[in-house]
Amino acid sequence: MNTTHTTSRRNFLKLGSLTTGGLLIGFNWFDNSVKAAVVAGGDAKETLAFNSYLSIATDGTITIYSPNPELGQNIKTSFPMVVAEELEADWTKVKVEQAMLDNKFDRQLTGGSGAVPHSWMRLRKAGATAKYVLIQAAAQQWQVDASACYAENGFVIHRPSGKKLGYGELATAASALTAPADVPLKDRKDFKLIGTAVRNVENKNIITGKPLFGLDFYRDGMAMAMIQRPPAFGTKIKSVDAAAAKASPGIVDVVTFKNNVAVVGNSTWAIMKARKLLKIEYEKDGNIESSEDHDKILKDLLDNDNGKATVQRKDGDVKAAFAGAAKVIEAEYQCPFLVHTPMEPMNFFAHVREDGIELIGPSQTPARAREAVSKMLNVPEDKITLQITRLGGGFGRRLKFDYVVEAAELSGIIKKPVKVMWTKEDEMQGGSYRPAVRYRFKAALDGSGNLVGYQLRGVGINAGNSTREDNFPSGAVDHLLIENVEYVSPITTGAWRAPITNFLAFAEQTFLDEVAMAAGKDPVQFRLDLLAKAKQKPVGAIKYNIDRMVTVIKTAAEKSGWGTKKDVAQGFSVYFSHQSYVAQVCEVVMEKGKPAVKKIYAVSDCGQVINLSGARHQVMGAIVDGYGNAMYGKISFKDGASEQKNYNNYRIIRMKEIPEVEPHFVDNGIDPTGLGEPALPPTGGAVANAIFKATGKRLRNQPFSAEDVFKA
Amino acid sequence: MPVYKLNINGKVREADVPADTPLLWVLRDELQLPGTKYGCGIAQCGACTVHLNGVAMRSCSLPVSAIQAAAITTIEGLSEKGDHPVQLAWDELDVPQCGYCQAGQIMTAAALLKKNPHPTDEEIGNAMHGNICRCGAYHRIREAVKSASTKI
Ligand code: FES
Ligand code: FES
Repeated sequence: MNTTHTTSRRNFLKLGSLTTGGLLIGFNWFDNSVKAAVVAGGDAKETLAFNSYLSIATDGTITIYSPNPELGQNIKTSFPMVVAEELEADWTKVKVEQAMLDNKFDRQLTGGSGAVPHSWMRLRKAGATAKYVLIQAAAQQWQVDASACYAENGFVIHRPSGKKLGYGELATAASALTAPADVPLKDRKDFKLIGTAVRNVENKNIITGKPLFGLDFYRDGMAMAMIQRPPAFGTKIKSVDAAAAKASPGIVDVVTFKNNVAVVGNSTWAIMKARKLLKIEYEKDGNIESSEDHDKILKDLLDNDNGKATVQRKDGDVKAAFAGAAKVIEAEYQCPFLVHTPMEPMNFFAHVREDGIELIGPSQTPARAREAVSKMLNVPEDKITLQITRLGGGFGRRLKFDYVVEAAELSGIIKKPVKVMWTKEDEMQGGSYRPAVRYRFKAALDGSGNLVGYQLRGVGINAGNSTREDNFPSGAVDHLLIENVEYVSPITTGAWRAPITNFLAFAEQTFLDEVAMAAGKDPVQFRLDLLAKAKQKPVGAIKYNIDRMVTVIKTAAEKSGWGTKKDVAQGFSVYFSHQSYVAQVCEVVMEKGKPAVKKIYAVSDCGQVINLSGARHQVMGAIVDGYGNAMYGKISFKDGASEQKNYNNYRIIRMKEIPEVEPHFVDNGIDPTGLGEPALPPTGGAVANAIFKATGKRLRNQPFSAEDVFKA
Repeated sequence: MPVYKLNINGKVREADVPADTPLLWVLRDELQLPGTKYGCGIAQCGACTVHLNGVAMRSCSLPVSAIQAAAITTIEGLSEKGDHPVQLAWDELDVPQCGYCQAGQIMTAAALLKKNPHPTDEEIGNAMHGNICRCGAYHRIREAVKSASTKI
C-alpha cells in the first residue's frame, strides 16, 4: 500500500501544483459513511490519507480530482456545480480532473447510475469545508469576526466594510486552518446553481473534434492490432495458417494466444486487410446453439424446470389463491439478446515493460480491469497505471474488461506498446449480450376484480436472476410467488443499461395492463389501488417508496391528460430502478393502418436534479434507447454465431423514428438518485400498452417491429 | 506505395499509403486528424463524415485514390475557432452526450445547411438519417440544426 500512496501523492502533485501554495481539501470519495472533509494542504501525511481532493490554487483555480469515468452522463459538469454551490464559487472556474486509478478509489466505475448519488454529500461537504476555512482566513487577516463575513462568487466579503478578497488570495492562509467536522450545508431553497440547466463543459472539445477518446490515442512507436476471436460460441481454434496475413504489407506479426489470433501492424487498414487473409480452422468445444434451440429451451424450462427453479420471493399461499380465483390471466413475454454497440468500438492501449504496465483507454470499471491484468500477467497492481480516456458510450459493455486484459496480454507477448481495436463486427459476435429471457406471468382476480394472486417465473440464458422479486407489485398482493430458472450457455452475456429491468419492466408493466383490462379497471387507477393496498396492508417486505411511486404516477397522468384525449391512444407504465421512480405515458395514432408512436411523457423522481440540461438529456436519451431497442433490437444465433454483424442488419433507431419526448421531474429535494438508467425500463411497457389501446393487439415479444401490427 | 497529395482543410498534405486505404484511416493514422471517427466502417453510421468539395461523404468507404484534387474538410477544419454556426448551435443546445458521433453529425448538418439553408423537419430527418447517435441525442441534434439554420 505504501508504494501506492506515494504514487498517488506524486500524481496529485503533478496535477495540482500545490507546491506553490494554495488550499487542499482531502475527502474520501468511497467510504460507505460520509465523513468530514479535512484541510489537508499543510501536512503531507494527511494528504495521503484521502483519495479525493478539492484544491484552490493561488490564482483562484479550483480543481476536483474525480475518480469517476465520464461516458456521457456528464459528471464533469455536475460535480463542479455541486462543489461551486456550497463553495459560493464561480462554477466555470471549477474544473474536474480525471484522477489516475488509485487503489483507494474503490468506486471507480460508472454503472448502476451511481456516480451522482454517491458523490452528492461528499462534494457538498468538501465545498462547504473550503468555504468555511476561506472565510476564517479572511476574518483573521482583517481581524474581524468571521460571522460578519460571507462568501459570494469566489470572494469573501466583509459585510460592514465591503472589503473583499478572492479565494486565490486566501487559499494559502486557509490551508493552515482546520474546519469543524460538521460544517453547515446550504438549505436547498438557497441553491443558485443546483437544479439549473448548465451546458456540458466538454462541448467545445467535442464539437471541434479534439482527441478525447481511447481510439484517438496514438503514440510514436506504438503498434496497432486486431484480434480474430472464434466466430461461433462453443468452438475453439484447431489450426491457424497465418502465412498470407504475415506476408501482407504493413504487418509486423501474427500471434496466437488462447482462442485469439492477433494481427499486429503499423496501420489500421493494413491489419484490417491482413486479418481477412487468416485461415483458421475451428473445432467444437461445447454446445453450439441457434436461436431456435433457445426458443425451445426457454419454453421448456417454463413448463418443466427439472427442479432448477429458485424461489426468489414467496408471500401467502399462491396455490390456494389461484384455486379460489374468479378469473385467471396468464401471458408469456420474450426478449432477444441485444448488443451494447456503443459508438466508440472497444479499444485499449497497453505497454508491458520490464518495470511495469501502462494501460490507457475507455473503461467503466478501471479498478477491476487493473486487478484482472495484474492477475493475468502476475504483475503487482502498484506497478500498473491505468489512465481512463473519455468513453464513447458504454451502456454496460465497458464494465467488462476482456478488451483491457487481451491488450495487456498481447503487449506482453510482442513486447511492444500496442493499441488493440475492435470492429463493430467483432463486438456483435464478441460475447457480451443482454441475455435473452422468457417470462410467464399468472394473475388471480377475485369476484370484484382485485388482484389476489400473482406468479412470475423467469427463464434466462446466462441471465443470473432474471427477476427483481421485490419490485412492485410485490408487497401489494397477498399471495405471490416469484421464481427464476437459469440456463447456462456458451454464449456469454453482460450487464446492459438497466440490467434485467430493461426487459422485465416491459413484461411486468404490460402484464399489469392486461390484468387491469381483465379486471375492467383503468390501468392508472388499478396501480394506484394496488399501491394504496400496499400502504394499508403491506405484504412482506416493501423495498420501494410507495408515496414516491404514487406521485410519479399521478403527475404523469396529469401532465399527459390521461384518459381525456379522444384522438390518441395512451399507454401507461411506471417503474422503480436504481433508486429512482419513472412513470411514462405513450401516445399512439394510427397512420396508414399501422400504429405510429408519437409522444412519450416521462415523470421522473430522481431526487434533487443537479443539472437540468443533463437530466433532461439523460431521460430523453434513455427513452430513445429503450424505445429503439424495443422496436428494432435483436441479436439472433445460427450455429453458435450471431447473425447480425454490423449496423446494416443490427438496426439502431435513427432520427426520423423517434417520438417526441416530454420530460418532467418531481421536485422534492430528496438526495439525488440515479438517472443514467431509470428512464429506460418503463418505455417498452408504455409503448406496448398504447399500441394495444390503438390496435387491440398485445405485443409480448421484442423486437416489436417483427410483430404482426407492424407488418403490411 | 504511391504518395497522395491531398487538399485537406486548405493545406496540401501528403500520405504514403496503399491506393485502397479509406480516407478515414489516412486522416486518423497518418495525418494526426483523429476528429473524424470510426464507427462501423461500412457507410452505415456517419461517424466518419467529412466534406468532399462541400458535400458530406463517408470517409470510411472512400479510397484515397479516388479523391484526387477534391477539397476535403474535416471537423478540425470546419471553422478556425470552433465557431461555425452549426458548432455554436451544438454548444448552445447542449447536444453531446458521450460525444463520439457528434463530429459526424456536425459535418452532415453543415453540408445540409450549405445546400439547403432552411430545411424542413422532414428534410433534416432525411439528411441526418445516415448518422447514428447511440446515446439517442436526436432531439437536440434536430433542434440544433434548426437553430443553426436561422443563423446561416
Ligand atoms: S464509420 Fe463510416 S459510416 Fe460508420
Ligand atoms: S452522443 Fe454518444 S453516440 Fe451520439
